[in-house]
Amino acid sequence: MVDLSVDLGRGRRLPNPLMTASGCAANGKELHRFFDVADLGAFVTKSVMADPRSGRGTPRMAETPSGMLNSIGLQGPGIGAFVEEDLPWLKSVGARVLPSIAGSSSREYAQVAATLRDSSAFDSVVGVEVNISCPNVANRGLVFACDPMASADVIGLVREQLPREIPVFAKLSPDVTDITTIASACVEAGADGLTMINTLLGMVIDTDRLRPQLGGVTGGLSGPGIRPVAVRAIWQVRQAMFEGRLPTVPIIGVGGVRTGRDALELVAAGASAIQVGTAVFNDPSAPVRVLRELCELLSAKGFERFSDAVAVAHGR
Amino acid sequence: MSERSLRARVTQEVAEVIATRRVGAYQHITLVAPGVAELARPGQFVALAVGGETSGTLLRRSFSIHKVSPSGTYGGTVEIVVSAVGVGTRWIVERAPHDTIDVVGPLGKAFPLPTAPVACVLVGGGYGSAPLFWLAGELRERGCHVEMVLGAASEDKLFGVVEARRSSDGVTVTTDDGSAGQRGWVSDPLPEIIDRTKAGVVYGCGPMGMLESITRVAEAHGAVAQVAVEESMACGVGVCMTCVMPVVGSDGRTRMVRSCVEGPVFRGDRVRWDAFDGGHARVPDDAVGAPKVGGH
Ligand SMILES: Cc1cc2nc3c(=O)[nH]c(=O)nc-3n(C[C@H](O)[C@H](O)[C@H](O)COP(=O)(O)OP(=O)(O)OC[C@H]3O[C@@H](n4cnc5c(N)ncnc54)[C@H](O)[C@@H]3O)c2cc1C
Ligand SMILES: Cc1cc2nc3c(=O)[nH]c(=O)nc-3n(C[C@H](O)[C@H](O)[C@H](O)COP(=O)(O)O)c2cc1C
Ligand code: FES
Repeated sequence: MVDLSVDLGRGRRLPNPLMTASGCAANGKELHRFFDVADLGAFVTKSVMADPRSGRGTPRMAETPSGMLNSIGLQGPGIGAFVEEDLPWLKSVGARVLPSIAGSSSREYAQVAATLRDSSAFDSVVGVEVNISCPNVANRGLVFACDPMASADVIGLVREQLPREIPVFAKLSPDVTDITTIASACVEAGADGLTMINTLLGMVIDTDRLRPQLGGVTGGLSGPGIRPVAVRAIWQVRQAMFEGRLPTVPIIGVGGVRTGRDALELVAAGASAIQVGTAVFNDPSAPVRVLRELCELLSAKGFERFSDAVAVAHGR
Repeated sequence: MSERSLRARVTQEVAEVIATRRVGAYQHITLVAPGVAELARPGQFVALAVGGETSGTLLRRSFSIHKVSPSGTYGGTVEIVVSAVGVGTRWIVERAPHDTIDVVGPLGKAFPLPTAPVACVLVGGGYGSAPLFWLAGELRERGCHVEMVLGAASEDKLFGVVEARRSSDGVTVTTDDGSAGQRGWVSDPLPEIIDRTKAGVVYGCGPMGMLESITRVAEAHGAVAQVAVEESMACGVGVCMTCVMPVVGSDGRTRMVRSCVEGPVFRGDRVRWDAFDGGHARVPDDAVGAPKVGGH
């Protein structure tokens, strides 16, 4: 049996490295009909902001080769409803939860983190993922994750709000010139780990009506089609860690994982945990299937510990 | 049965195609899917994967359940009626007997059934009639008088006229071009039928424009409309938030709700038809969490 346990930092160990991806699994109840969400290393919830949000108009999706474009606009119930309903439910089924938080100002992120910290089911939280791919209202809507200073500001404020034993993950956007600069700014500001990658900005035109297909015009590209981008981003940041350009922290890999083989690719590039997003839309039990396949693959390749496979492709 | 399948009100199964035949413009497909057949109710749908495990077409395609036979010769079967309009539906209609398709279902909420034996009118546009025969059977079992209105652009796009005669107490057919039945829209004969039968409920399934007009007619003639909508869905199981539409809740407030879990059947008068425009649905300004001026 391969030892699948992973260290997320701050003394947090998970029984296995498989997670859902934020926004691709709602807040647990829906997928619990297909598999036990407590079987996952952690359950990552939909990014939640301070107040309820309707999200954007429709259409909100377009299919693309081996993937899709989405423009949801962070629809959600707000942190109040999240800590009153969703988090206690996840706790009641024994899930380890990695809530994803978002904001349109660094103060909003801090406020969301504080509400989370003070909530009754906070003991089910194994870490907090900070979705910094949101428009910064204070800077003409420029996405935080595209600006090292703004990213660091958010991460620093969130870190202050959370207890020491809770690791904070900064979720990075691949739509930047040099992802290692943003990664480094986040880690210096107090991030205990990085999640890579969020969606890539894309657009589809409906050629029947000759207009943008999405109600929100542009959207986030995801799915197997973007996997090479995720592998590249993870590789570059891990390489920078090896070179001492930033401290070594765990990377949660996400982007186009559909099979155990795909997961191993991200792991070999440097990911210590894996999230499965869009593949869930194709196969609702994909996260547990990928875990099983990854386990078989590691065992077939002679690995005794999952952690031995992390970043193994570097220096080969 | 495992603990999981007991907990589940939905299943995922690899279904064998046991029959597939052309019916007018559509393909009528029978799948062996005992789990879905056992759980399904009229108005629910199934989501089919396209093109096998390595397919680059990742998103499932949704289809209303036309009929289920929980204990057929081959085990429980589920029937669907497919109009081939794009890559996914073309792949599905090309499946031959003994091919398999990965099916998730049953999904969504079923048509609510009246508690008293009131008269009902069932209105189907194109393949939208597919789930209505099964519904008609259940309604008549409850003692309801059932009439059906089937409409389509042309005769080949009508589905189930013969079956409608078997399943109901009266059938009206309309086509846009007059190639079958009376020329015009399903909403044309509807007022007379509601008034004559003193119908309490009008059930509808078909294009959004049609559902809006039957909602208006039903309202004007004192009936409740229950409509099954069709929105673009990436997951079908409630996790992606792509399939939303503006619907008024029991508290009187409009929310962008997921049509795959809170629908596809909605009370027509709860749908914010004013927000729909040529394939787009806006977020009404008064919706919960709508963007504020100067905000996001
Ligand atoms: C609840 C529900 C019930 C349905 N019942 C039936 C039925 O009984 N018979 C039938 O023929 N069709 C039905 N449809 C429509 C059917 O799902 C679409 O025609 C089909 O998804 C189109 O796929 P495609 O690959 O052929 O088309 P493409 O245009 O290539 O599809 C591209 C993408 O858009 C989505 N899409 C395109 N058109 C629609 C649409 N009209 N509705 C939802 N998603 C769409 C697809 O799922 C896919 O992700 C239903 C849809 C829903 C939501
Ligand atoms: C419909 C949809 C909604 C998403 N919502 C969020 C979100 O709320 N927060 C976030 O950090 N990422 C969100 N993502 C991005 C995913 O978490 C993930 O980073 C990305 O899709 C790449 O992984 P994948 O290819 O496995 O889907 C969303 C993706 C999709 C497809
Ligand atoms: S289709 Fe994904 S939430 Fe409805």
